[in-house]
Amino acid sequence: MSDISVAAERDDNLWAAALQSRSFVIGVLLTIVFVIAALVSFFWTPFDVEELAISSKLLAPSSTNWFGTDHFGRDIFSMLMVGARTSIAVAFVAVGIGIGLGVPLGLTAASWRGSLLDEMIMRGNDLVFAFPALLIAIMITAVFGPGAVNAIIAIGIFNIPVFARLARGAALSLWTREFVLAARVAGKGAVRISVEHILPNILNLLIVQGTIQFSLGILAEAALSYVGLGAQPPTPSWGRMLSEAQTMISLAPHMALFPGLAIVFTVLGLNLMGDGLRDVFDPKTRRSRT
Amino acid sequence: MLIYFLQRFVSLSLSLLAASLVIFLLIEVVPGDPARFMMGLSATPEAIAVIREQLGLDLPAWQRYFTWLFGMLQGDFGISYTYKVPVTDLIADRVWISLPLAIYALVLSTAIAFPVGIIAAARRNSPADAGIMGLTQLGIAVPNFWFAMLLVLAFAITLRWFSAGGFPGWDAGIFAAMKALTLPAIALALPQASILARVMRSSLLDTLSEDYIRTARAKGLTRSQVLWRHALRNALIPVLTIIGLQFSFLLAGAIIIENVFYLPGLGRLVFQGITQRDLIVVKSVVMLLVFAVIVVTFIVDMAYALADPRLRKGRT
Repeated sequence: MSDISVAAERDDNLWAAALQSRSFVIGVLLTIVFVIAALVSFFWTPFDVEELAISSKLLAPSSTNWFGTDHFGRDIFSMLMVGARTSIAVAFVAVGIGIGLGVPLGLTAASWRGSLLDEMIMRGNDLVFAFPALLIAIMITAVFGPGAVNAIIAIGIFNIPVFARLARGAALSLWTREFVLAARVAGKGAVRISVEHILPNILNLLIVQGTIQFSLGILAEAALSYVGLGAQPPTPSWGRMLSEAQTMISLAPHMALFPGLAIVFTVLGLNLMGDGLRDVFDPKTRRSRT
Repeated sequence: MLIYFLQRFVSLSLSLLAASLVIFLLIEVVPGDPARFMMGLSATPEAIAVIREQLGLDLPAWQRYFTWLFGMLQGDFGISYTYKVPVTDLIADRVWISLPLAIYALVLSTAIAFPVGIIAAARRNSPADAGIMGLTQLGIAVPNFWFAMLLVLAFAITLRWFSAGGFPGWDAGIFAAMKALTLPAIALALPQASILARVMRSSLLDTLSEDYIRTARAKGLTRSQVLWRHALRNALIPVLTIIGLQFSFLLAGAIIIENVFYLPGLGRLVFQGITQRDLIVVKSVVMLLVFAVIVVTFIVDMAYALADPRLRKGRT
C-alpha cells in the first residue's frame, strides 16, 4: 500500500470517529451556525443595523423582529449577526497571535532545552501567567485606548504562553524519539527538525488548544466590550449589547437575553468541538476520561 | 526543604520585581500628563509645573520607579491624583469588599463543585453523570457578567429578595453586607464551580483506576468505602491547585462583577482610575492583585512540598 492511501485511510478513520462523537457533532453544528451568521451578515441582515428607528424601540420578539428591538429601535437579530463577526474576528486573530508567537517560542525552548534561552522563555511565560489575564487586558486597552485592535492584542498576549508551554512540553517528548534522532544523524539542524518533524506531530494538540483558546477569546472580548474597552460604536458587539441592555433590563429583558445566549452557544459549541477533537485525536483520554 | 523554600522564595521575589517593572513601563507609555488632567484645561503652565514637582513627575523614570517600589515595600503607594488621599487608604477601604467577595465566591464554588464532582465520578457514565457534565459545560460557557444580569432580573427585580446593586457597608451589619455580596458571589462562583467540578471528577476517576484502589476493593471494601477513605484524599491534590489558581480568576473576575453590581471594590477603583487618568491608583491596585496571585501560588506550592516530598525535587 502506498503512503498516500495509508494516510487517506487514517483520515477516514479519524472522520468516522469524529462523527461518532456526539459532543463533536453538536459543537461543530453550533460553531457552523455562528460562522455562517457572521459570513451572511456581510451581504444581508434582516434590517440595517445602523438605521435608528425610535418609533419601533424596545419591541418584544415578533415575526418581524425575531429577537425584538433595542432602545434605538435596531433589530437585535441583525445586530447579533454583525456582532458575531466582531467576536469571531477578535478571537481568531488573538489565537493567531498566540500560535504565531507562542509555538515558535515553545519549539525554540525545546530545541535548546536546559539552556539559558529555554530558561528565559519559560520564566517569561510564568510572568505573563501570573497576571490575572482580564486585569491586564483592561490595563492594556486603558493605556492604548479602547478598541477592537487593542482588545485583540491584549487577548493575544495571554495566548502566547499557553501555546509556548504546550508546544515546548509536547516537543520535549518528541525530541527523544527515534525519528528525530534519525533526522539529527542525517545532519538536520534544530530549526529544520522543529519545522519538518516536530511541528507536524504536535499539530493535533495545537488545534485542540486553539479551539479552547478561541472560546476563551470570545468570552474575553465580550467582557472587554461589556466594560466599554472592546469594539467601539457603531460596530455591534455582543458584550456592548449586554452593557446597553443592563440599564433596560426591567423594561426589555429580551435585550439582555439574546446576546447572552449567543455568547453561551458559541462558546459551548467551540468547547464541545475541542473536547470532541481531543477524544478523536487521542483515544487514550477517551477511554480514561469518559 | 529549606533549600527548596529559598529557591522558590528567590523566584517569587524575582517574579514580583519583573511584574512591577512591566506594570510601571506599561503605565509609563500612557499618553497624557496626569498633572494637566488634574488641573483642568484652564491651568497655567506654572501651576502644572508645581503639581508635577509635588507628584514627583519631574524626576527621571528610573527614579520614579524606585520611589514607587520602595514606597510599596513600606506600605506607601503614593498619593492619588484625583482623590488627593494616600492610595493605601483607598485600597484599605475597597479591599474589604473585594476580598470577602472573592472568598465568598471561592467557598460557594468549592461547596458546589465537591459534591457535584464526587457524584459524577461515583456514578460514572450514568444519566446523573451525563447531566452534570452537560451542566458544567454550560456553566463554563456562560459569561459571569451576563449570569449576574440574569440573577438581578430574577432575584432583585422580579422576586425582590435582594437589592440590584450597591453595598450598605459593614457598619450596616454582617447580614446586610453579606446579603449585598450574595448575588455577585453566585455570579462569580458559577463558572469556577463548573471548572472545579470537572477537575474533581476527572481527578477522582484517575485515582480510582490506580492499583491500590483495586487492592482495597479486593480486600473487601465496598465501592463507597474506597471512594471516601482512599480515593478522595489522593484526588484532592490537583483540585487544590485549581482552587489556588481560581483565586486569581476570582479577583480579576470581580473587576467586571463589581461593575455590574455597583460595588465600590478594587475593581471599581481601577476603572475610576482608568477613566480619571489616576494612574498611580491603577498601577498600585494592579500590582497588589498580581502580588496576591503570585503569593497564593507560592503558598500552594509550599503546601504541596510539605504534603508530598516527591514534589520538592524535579520542580524548578
